[in-house]
Amino acid sequence: MQYHLNYNFVWKYADRLAWGLVLSLELAVISIAIGCVIGLTLAVLSQGARRPVRFVIGMYVEFVRNVPLLLLVYLVFYGIPSIGGFAYDATTSFVITLSIYAGAYLVEVFRAGLEAIPKGLIDAGRAIGLTPVQRVLYVQLPTMFRIVLPSLSNAFISLFKDTSLATVLAVPELMFGANWIYTNTFRIVEVWTVVAPIYLVTGFVLLGGLRLLERRFAIGRR
Amino acid sequence: MSVSEPLVKVRGVTKAFGSNNVLNGVDLDVPRGSVVSIIGASGSGKTTLLRCVNLLESYDSGSIEVDGVEVGYDIADGRRRPRGERDLARIRADIGMVFQMFNLFPHLTATENVMLGLRKVRGMAKAEARATAEQWLVRVGLGDKLASLPIEMSGGQQQRVGIARAVAMNPKVLLLDEITSALDPELVGEVLKVVRELARDGMTMMLVTHEMSFARDVSSRVVFMDGGRVAVEGTPREVFGAPAQSERLRGFLARIELREV
Repeated sequence: MQYHLNYNFVWKYADRLAWGLVLSLELAVISIAIGCVIGLTLAVLSQGARRPVRFVIGMYVEFVRNVPLLLLVYLVFYGIPSIGGFAYDATTSFVITLSIYAGAYLVEVFRAGLEAIPKGLIDAGRAIGLTPVQRVLYVQLPTMFRIVLPSLSNAFISLFKDTSLATVLAVPELMFGANWIYTNTFRIVEVWTVVAPIYLVTGFVLLGGLRLLERRFAIGRR
Repeated sequence: MSVSEPLVKVRGVTKAFGSNNVLNGVDLDVPRGSVVSIIGASGSGKTTLLRCVNLLESYDSGSIEVDGVEVGYDIADGRRRPRGERDLARIRADIGMVFQMFNLFPHLTATENVMLGLRKVRGMAKAEARATAEQWLVRVGLGDKLASLPIEMSGGQQQRVGIARAVAMNPKVLLLDEITSALDPELVGEVLKVVRELARDGMTMMLVTHEMSFARDVSSRVVFMDGGRVAVEGTPREVFGAPAQSERLRGFLARIELREV
């Protein structure tokens, strides 16, 4: 039997894909924002911290990096409520998971960024009489931000793609929209040949925008 | 405190990096308004000494006083306690430093580099800080580079921003750490000219340098360091004119002269 491509089914439910894409982007943006806060806080804390503190941070990073993200998604959604005796909705649960996941990667990114700051700049900050907190705020963070920006862009693109895992919790993001159309129309080829380019083009556009941002904030540029 | 008391007083300072004794009991006076040049082979401890004066390096024993204040330690009830970071920040604010590699903040313009300390350490209002910064940048000949970023400037220009950043804080003493070593030869002159003008205006300076003719020309005193100690000290005429008193100094000067040719 021959399969006839028919995209009408996909266009009919295009709004599910459009809203799905919007939600995917929202999930990625919120998660990287929270992930940055987690990563930056832990990276600054682990600078010159005592061994137990560094050990705990190291455990978190290694745990998250060596466990499949899908497992973390299930663990946070099913595991924590059953232990803690409370529940939250699937979208919140997924944002928490993705933030924890992003945070673990970003600790390492920010730590490397802090270490890459030329020592001379810190000396210069000390020499003009900046306090340690002022040195972090006015010398280390602005310099580090410019160093890590390319890594942050890559992390963001990665997270955007990882939002597709939210479909297993029935969060109505892009992947879930695609699954819904497929299960209701059985037009599997049509759905995936539309959705894959959506991910691809969105990723490309995001990356282009981030590269522009990187150029603007390249070391020594404003 | 009497006026004749030296502004910087170094007594018996020692410093070791692990088992490597870099400073072995340094004694040195820098009188107010004077320029003291420190010369010596690499590894003689001259840069380390300079970095001890504003506590970028700590010293192990001995004393360094700047304007009567012990910089590294808080001495109370006869006990020596290393100073905390807040204390150090306050002390460092009054000691300017210019670095070999300039160390300008790469994300800030020339003016903003100079303003940062004025705003955050001196607590100046923005407009006042900007005016002060611009005034100093004009003085070092960078009136046309106020809005330039470090990356857009030559080494000589960056180093002059570095000098402006240090002197704008109105320091009691200015430390210059081989400030022309990283410059192309044709850019050395413009930087030394600024230092010469500061000396003429009575700025107290301690400088580590390999520019012997400059040291001879600008210094009130020259100190030759060898093996972590002050080996020879005197006026430029004494040190460069009659180095017969020290075999090591004679050897050092001979090597430097050869290199300068």
